Amino acid sequence: MNALSLWFSELKETFISCFITDDRWEWIAEGFINSVIITVFALLLGLVVGVVLAAIRSSYDKNEEALRIRGGIGYYVLKALNAIAKTYITVMRGVPVVVQLMIWYFVILVSSEDIPIAIVAFGLNSGAYVAEIFRGGIMSVDNGQFEAGRSLGFSYFQTMVNIVIPQTIKSTLPTLLNELIALFKETSIAGYVGILDLTKAGERIRGITFEAFMPLIAVAIVYLVTVVLLTKFVEIIERRLRRNER
Amino acid sequence: MSDNIIEVRGLKKHYLGGKVKALDGIDADIKKGEVVVIIGPSGSGKSTFLRSLNLLEMPTGGTINFNGVNITDKKVDINIHRQKMGMVFQHFNLFNNMNIIKNMTIAPTQLLKKSKEEANEKALSLLKRVGLEDRAEAYPSQLSGGQKQRVAIVRALCMEPEVMLFDEPTSALDPEMVGEVLDVMKDLARAGMTMVVVTHEMGFAREVGTRVIFMDGGKIIEENNPKDFFENPQNDRLKDFLSKVL
Repeated sequence: MNALSLWFSELKETFISCFITDDRWEWIAEGFINSVIITVFALLLGLVVGVVLAAIRSSYDKNEEALRIRGGIGYYVLKALNAIAKTYITVMRGVPVVVQLMIWYFVILVSSEDIPIAIVAFGLNSGAYVAEIFRGGIMSVDNGQFEAGRSLGFSYFQTMVNIVIPQTIKSTLPTLLNELIALFKETSIAGYVGILDLTKAGERIRGITFEAFMPLIAVAIVYLVTVVLLTKFVEIIERRLRRNER
Repeated sequence: MSDNIIEVRGLKKHYLGGKVKALDGIDADIKKGEVVVIIGPSGSGKSTFLRSLNLLEMPTGGTINFNGVNITDKKVDINIHRQKMGMVFQHFNLFNNMNIIKNMTIAPTQLLKKSKEEANEKALSLLKRVGLEDRAEAYPSQLSGGQKQRVAIVRALCMEPEVMLFDEPTSALDPEMVGEVLDVMKDLARAGMTMVVVTHEMGFAREVGTRVIFMDGGKIIEENNPKDFFENPQNDRLKDFLSKVL
């Protein structure tokens, strides 16, 4: 009985020193907000980059033959853009994000604001993955849909916007939201360049209190709860999309 | 000015630097009001030829004149000319995410700048003609194959084309649905539509065709009026082919 109450009071003390003293919980809160900010803006940047890359890659895939036969400068421009896009995707997916982040912070954008750097690093990286998600969505639409659009007289662009892309949303939206979840967890390495994100907040408390268990478990729980909530959201969206299926 | 709608000269489609010749020098004229039926064994190039006429397949050599314009010239905007060449596909290719009326009106409203009412009215009257006016609000997945193909035909007609291209329109249909599609095509032919039809339906070729073309190995081997074509074939390969299919 005595041992149990002793354990409880120790636990309480640890909790107080970890979160209450000097309002240390605010680090966790601030860290969480920073993680969310980095995730959201990185995804927005990733969407822009991804749309551009996917547009180049799928335009090339769909028009390569016709353009090659017809010749002209357009073919070489598109071919060059496609090669650039492919290289970009290879590099971004082949180099660990933490290394990319450090390169941005210590090599390219030295002595700038740290959170924008993280947004750029994560966003440009995510763009490569988003591009492949979009391209996969476009390629999964039966080419007959595309040909029917073209045969009616729609241009390539009109066909994509009116007919093909609306049909990709159902398959790409859940994958895109999963990318958001992955990105949120990935931002936990932002501390490498001194950003106070959620993980770093736990680390900072550990450094001051020399308590590892309490702050790290707290951080883990915040990540887990956020991810579970986001996953639920994805499931709801998926169910909605399926219900609209005809 | 001749009464040829389409004039094809020396049309070639080579792959792999000429090792594979899908089309190997095709010359053909299609006159206004003609119903030209193209038959031949699979791999003979008949579908490639048909799909070249509106450049869904980009030929590697030769010219196609449509209404006196060489559409293989890369300065020509093919989208304008495709509006006047309706196409019907083996697999229907109705836009899956749109209901029937939307399938039929999206091109006229966007490309011909018709008002929604005008396009709807035209679409409904065409649906009535093929006995599907009660399915205007249905989605493609709710229709049978034969119904889909009838819609695909009238969708093309909504653009008021000068020529209709049919790429094996009954090959993907259950046998009992072939008739309803052929009936629509017969009506169309009787109404004076210029048609180019790739098909295995010899009965249709004989009954409705004004001219039958036999292709093999990427070349036109024989062409004639239906009566002489079927009753008095000249070429051995055609005789052999007809002995197998009739």
